[in-house]
This record gives sequence, structure tokens and C-alpha cells, in this order.
Amino acid sequence: MASSAVMTQETAPPEEPVVQALKVRGYWASVAYRLRYDPMTVAFGTIVLLIILAAIFAPMIAPFDPYKESIIGRLKPFGWRGHLLGTDELGRDMLSRLIYGARISLLMGVVPVVIATVIGGSLGVIGGFAGKRVNTAIMRTMDVFYAFPSVLLAVAIAGAMGGGIGNGMLALALVFTPAMCRVAETATAQVKNLDFVEAARATGAGTLTILRFHILGNVLGPVFIYASSLVSVGILLASGLSFLGLGVRPPVADWGLMLSTLRQSIYVNPLICALPGVAIFITSVSFNLVSDGIRAAMDVRM
Amino acid sequence: MDMMPPSSFDRGGPAQPLLIARDLRKHFKVKGGAPGAVVRAVDGVSFTLFKGETLGIVGESGCGKSTLARLLLHLIQPDEGELVFDGDTVAEVRGISVNALRRQVQMVFQDSYSSLNPRMPVQDSVAFGPYVHGKSRSAARQAARDILVKVGLNPDLFGPRYPHELSGGQKQRVNIARALAIEPRMVILDEAVSALDKSVEAQVLNLLRALKANFNLTYLFISHDLNVVRYISDRVLVMYLGSVVELGPVDEIFSRPLHPYTTALLGSRPSMDPANRIEEPPITGDPPSPIDPPSGCRFRTRCPHAEPVCAAKPPVLGEWHDRTSHVAACHLHDPASGHSMARATVGAA
Repeated sequence: MASSAVMTQETAPPEEPVVQALKVRGYWASVAYRLRYDPMTVAFGTIVLLIILAAIFAPMIAPFDPYKESIIGRLKPFGWRGHLLGTDELGRDMLSRLIYGARISLLMGVVPVVIATVIGGSLGVIGGFAGKRVNTAIMRTMDVFYAFPSVLLAVAIAGAMGGGIGNGMLALALVFTPAMCRVAETATAQVKNLDFVEAARATGAGTLTILRFHILGNVLGPVFIYASSLVSVGILLASGLSFLGLGVRPPVADWGLMLSTLRQSIYVNPLICALPGVAIFITSVSFNLVSDGIRAAMDVRM
Repeated sequence: MDMMPPSSFDRGGPAQPLLIARDLRKHFKVKGGAPGAVVRAVDGVSFTLFKGETLGIVGESGCGKSTLARLLLHLIQPDEGELVFDGDTVAEVRGISVNALRRQVQMVFQDSYSSLNPRMPVQDSVAFGPYVHGKSRSAARQAARDILVKVGLNPDLFGPRYPHELSGGQKQRVNIARALAIEPRMVILDEAVSALDKSVEAQVLNLLRALKANFNLTYLFISHDLNVVRYISDRVLVMYLGSVVELGPVDEIFSRPLHPYTTALLGSRPSMDPANRIEEPPITGDPPSPIDPPSGCRFRTRCPHAEPVCAAKPPVLGEWHDRTSHVAACHLHDPASGHSMARATVGAA
């Protein structure tokens, strides 16, 4: 049965010349390795870390009580009597209020995204993996939410349920869920038709086992990356809600609310009024760039 | 063809065929086509796979080879037809379940990259099968390491790697290991070496032969490469437009093809001798659409011997009984068919 195209030796010994292997790393170790050599991500990751730490340890870091008002010390410039970033329209220390404000802003940015990731992600994976009918039911329902502009939807929901942190977070979670669902659905549908899922089925594995071992690992990456980019959107939207009076109530320190109350004083001391905006800007840009860096580092096919 | 010693759970004995496929049919609905329009991907395929043999399946692209492979594992539900695995009907009330079948039949896919989970170290991909079949994580991992050694990969070196860190040949070795990890009796190789370089292909083919002897395997080897099929197969099945046109021992098929399509396929192989170059292709054009196949014999539109009888009635594949039967579905070989050249050309290719 010899043929010209293939070697005719009967059997090959089950050994092949040993190829010198590259250093073998685990998945997360190789992600960390790549992140380390990405100065931009490292720099902005440090900023994100500092903001988070500042929010957690606010009572220890803040130089003044963020709620202590002063009739004489209103809208004072940077450095006035030890107030590093000046004072607001009620004479409260701006730096302390910004540090405390990070707590609410981060909470409002992160919690809705986590809720949306869990709910939207599960719905998306189910929709992507299940048959056409389930998929249609889930995805068309999500499309209904999609039809509204996200800011309008958030405002409408928060407005209907009343203000407050809890309702604000719920509104944002509802806004993010359809987008999250779509990302998870797309990622699942892409993986679902690959040969390795069919090979797993051919092994006799059940749907749940396949989902757990073969689908989730491939869907979590894109979902996680999208979630991290949503955090900055969440912070912005939360600030917007507070600005409109639908988020937290005064006198709580929150960046969006501070922006809202300070806007009347913009002609008196514009620099002070811009500070909450700067904080929002830095935080959201940092989150965005870090999620970009993680996206690049998590791509195993480099 | 030497007999393989019966394996431990070989119930029917060496004479009982491992797999019998009877009249398998799968028609796919045409999306956006006329109502009722179907693609006759696999249209009445029957064959017998004997224990310990390698049955090669050849045919042009789109002739239904891969659909047939997926039907055999019930990865696609057949519309009609029956599968008998070692005496048990598959997915019938009194037979064995699809899961029990999948315990004994495994498949290696063509695309070595997409058939491995990109986010899983390859040793985990190999260990997945044993784990699903009830082994503990550590036992499954150990089984994976053992089988990786058998396919020629050092488990310490290659086990923890990800698919993108392996070459095409190494990935296909991993895929073979994954298929063998649950100790199947039969392996379907769907274009398993087609995407590899010629040198790597030869290595993997030799590995497959060695593994077959080691594990008493039976192969169903699907390929479009006639040389490879000739090298590895004991018997060959030729498919055209969803049905079997010829079935026989490999040497017979290659030296004495019966069906004009097989003759044409063999004739279309490039010659190694430049002086003996093929000037005109033996068959031209694409096969007709499987949505609306020609009446009677499906090959008649491209066949040099076509006569009215070929359009009038479909030829029947003759009876086959054992490993040496050589049959073709062609009126030329049926003296009662009414074809003017019937019998005259038997054996003369």
C-alpha cells in the first residue's frame, strides 16, 4: 500500500525529537507578565488604585471634616488657611469632599456594573447557547431597553422610583444589562459553533458541563473587558443623576452633586467649580485606559 | 488484513461488524429557498465497518463526507436510517444510548486549532473526556499525561501549554490524544491530516497506524487526498452527491475502479512524472446541486458513458458481504440494466 506522497516506514516510535520548550506560564501569570511591560496601563492602573484606596481610607486621609461649614470661608482659593484645594460655596474643604465623593462615585460606578454583568451575562450566555426561540425571546426583550437612549432611560427609571443611592444604582444596572447581555450572547454564539464544543459534545458531556468548562472561560474575557469599560460610564451617569437631583441628596459628598451645586458659583471661583469635573474626568479616563490595557494583555493569541 | 485480537469489551467477536449504517439520510432545509427545498446532504448511505479495519471515505468537497461523520456520532440527528454498533442499535428503545455510543466512538476534526479550547491548557482539554466519564480530576489528569506520551508529546513540556503555543502537527497530536483519552474502540478521522504539511502529515499518519495497532482501534478515515487514503485504508468508500457510488478493498479500487466517477477521480490525481502530464481534466465543472440532484444516476451529467437509462432509473449499489466485496452503483456493471455497454466494460477502466 505504499504511495509516493507519504513515508512508507511501518510505524513511528511514539517519540519525536524533543523541542526545547519556551518557559511555560499559566494564563494569569502570562497576563500579568504582559501588563508589567505596558507602562501606560501601569501608570493609569496606579491612579485607579490610588483613587480606590483614597475612597476606602477617606476618614484617615481627608484633612478636614467634609461636612463642616464656615460662613466666612466660602469659595476661597487653593491653599487658603490650609485648605489645599480651597473651599466650596458653604465653606467646606474641597479636598476632603472630593475624597469622600470618590466613595459614592465608585460605588455608583461599580455596583450597577456588577449587577448588570451577573444578570445580563447569564441571560446572554443562555440566549447564545440555547436554541433560536429562547434566544429570540431574550434578545428581543433586551432590544426594547435598547430602544431608549441610556441617559434618558436611567433618568426615567430613577425618576419613577424616586431618588437615592439604591434606586440610582438599580436604574444604572437596568441600563447596562441589555448591553452586557448582547456582549455575552455574541461571545457565546461565536464559541458555540467551534469544533472544540462539538468535540466536547462528542465526548458525551452534558450542556452544563460544556458551559462550565468550555463556554464560560471564553466568554468571561470579553464580558470582563466590557464591564471594566462600563465602570467609567457608570461613574459619569451616576454623576449625571446626582446633578439632576435623582442620585444622592445634599449634603452628601458626591462628585456629580458637587458639580451641580457649585455651578452657581462658576463666576465667583471657576477653578473650584471645575474640580469635581476634573475628578470625574481623571477617574473615567483611567478606568478606560486600564480596561484597554487589560484587554490587550488578556488576548492569549499574541 | 490481519485480525486484531478481540479487546476486553468486544462482545460480538471479531466476525461481527463494529458498525453498520443502513440507509442514513439527512436533508437540510434551504434557508430562504423555495418551500420544501432541501439539501440532500446524505441520501441513503449504507456501509459496514468491520472490526480492526480502516475504511477510507473519499469524494469531492460537499459530497456529504463530513455530514456523514457527524451523523454517525449523532452530532446531527439523522432524518432516517439505522446505526448498529457491535450488534446494538443506536438510540433505539432496545439498543444503546447515544452517550454509550460516544463512549466508544470518538472523532478528530480537520481544524486542529478550533477543535481545541484556546483558553485551556492542552492537558486539561485531553483530561476533559475522562473527567466527564467519571474519573476524578487527578485521575483524569494522569490519564491525559499518559495518552500525551503515547502520541509523542512530553506532558511536562507540552501539557501546560495553550493551543496557540503549539504547531499544527503538535495540535493535531493533542486532538488525537483527546479522542483516545476515553479509550474508544472506533475513531472517526474527518480530514484529520488534510491541513498539515506533507512531512508532518506523514508523521501523523504513521502515528495513527501505530496507535491503531496499540489500542485495537477501528478507523473511519475521511479525506479528499487519494494518496493518503490509499496509504492508510484497508477498504475505500467513494461518495458522490450524498450517496455511495463504489465500495471495495483499497488495492482493487485503485487498480480496477468500477464506477466512472472513481475512474475520473483517480485520473485527476497529478502525475509525478512530468512527461506523463494530464492534459485534460477527466471531469470538469462542479458537481450538480444537491438541492435538486439529477434523476436516476446522479453522476450522469458528468459521465462519459451516460445513456437514457441512466436518467430513467437510479443504479443500485450491489450486495456486499465481507471485507473483499467490490461493488459499484452503476448501470455499466448491471447486465440487466439495459445500458448498451453493460458488462462489456466490466473491470476495464
